[in-house]
Amino acid sequence: MIFATVGTQLPFPRLIDALEALAPELGEAVIAQTGLAAGSWPHLDVRPRLAPKDFAAIFEAARVVVSHAGVGSILSARRYRKPLIVMPRRLALGEHRNDHQMATARHVEGLHGVHVAWEAEELRELLRRPGLEAAAEKTDLSPSHSALIQRVQAFIREAG
Amino acid sequence: MKTPPRRKPVLAVASAGGHWQQLQRLRGALDAEEVFFLTTLPGLPEEFGALPAAIVPDCNQSRPVSVIRSAVVIFGHVLRLRPKVVVTTGALPGLIALAAGRVVGARGIWIDSVANAERMSASGRMARHVAHLRLSQWEHVARETQADYAGSVL
Repeated sequence: MIFATVGTQLPFPRLIDALEALAPELGEAVIAQTGLAAGSWPHLDVRPRLAPKDFAAIFEAARVVVSHAGVGSILSARRYRKPLIVMPRRLALGEHRNDHQMATARHVEGLHGVHVAWEAEELRELLRRPGLEAAAEKTDLSPSHSALIQRVQAFIREAG
Repeated sequence: MKTPPRRKPVLAVASAGGHWQQLQRLRGALDAEEVFFLTTLPGLPEEFGALPAAIVPDCNQSRPVSVIRSAVVIFGHVLRLRPKVVVTTGALPGLIALAAGRVVGARGIWIDSVANAERMSASGRMARHVAHLRLSQWEHVARETQADYAGSVL
């Protein structure tokens, strides 16, 4: 099963439309968390919003997850050890308030298990690629992550 | 009979989504503390074992009424809990919690989302007025905004 998620804040019809077009040839169920978007997607199992418990269950059951380039999706993919395909929202297409998802996509491209579809056309190849690498939580925290935690911890200790 | 003095808690605040997930990845910093969580989506604290917690209404700048509604609830929690520290990864409800924390003498820390790789968020820029420590998760963004950099959750 393929799980597509665009978050709760803004719709992302370019991504959902692309999956609708691909769904018939994929031979795999596609569950799409679409946000409050109006559209006709007869080949998708559409869920505008999902409770956290259902979101977690579907994420865990998925073979691969497709999402906007949101940090939440990237961290979820690590948590549930799933291959993640991200497609960044673009300011020029009115898909977000600024272009920060383009920056996020540039920075996460190459991270273990995170695959970037810069254009909808790239989705087909990624979705059909056998053995798409999964994201994973590292067993040890990265030095940068540890340093951030230590800084926050020190601040709290100083407060008494 | 007097109840024994209670340890002052740390109030940890994040909107649902990426903000919340980043806060959860900082749990290691909160291990030794009594923590109370605030977020915007029912069911989220249970899913992440982040309890005790309360849900507050989400808000954004483009809807001033939502900001007022959210602020009333957040101030209520802060006045009741009297935290020693407020820590937030955003977004606007976290900024409001920092402001409320100032009223009760709490120390405040703003951790800007790692999604803001080119410019600090609007809330993060405003947080300079209420936070005692502001961290960006990008060195160059920290430099530009007179914030600090310590590391990143990614």
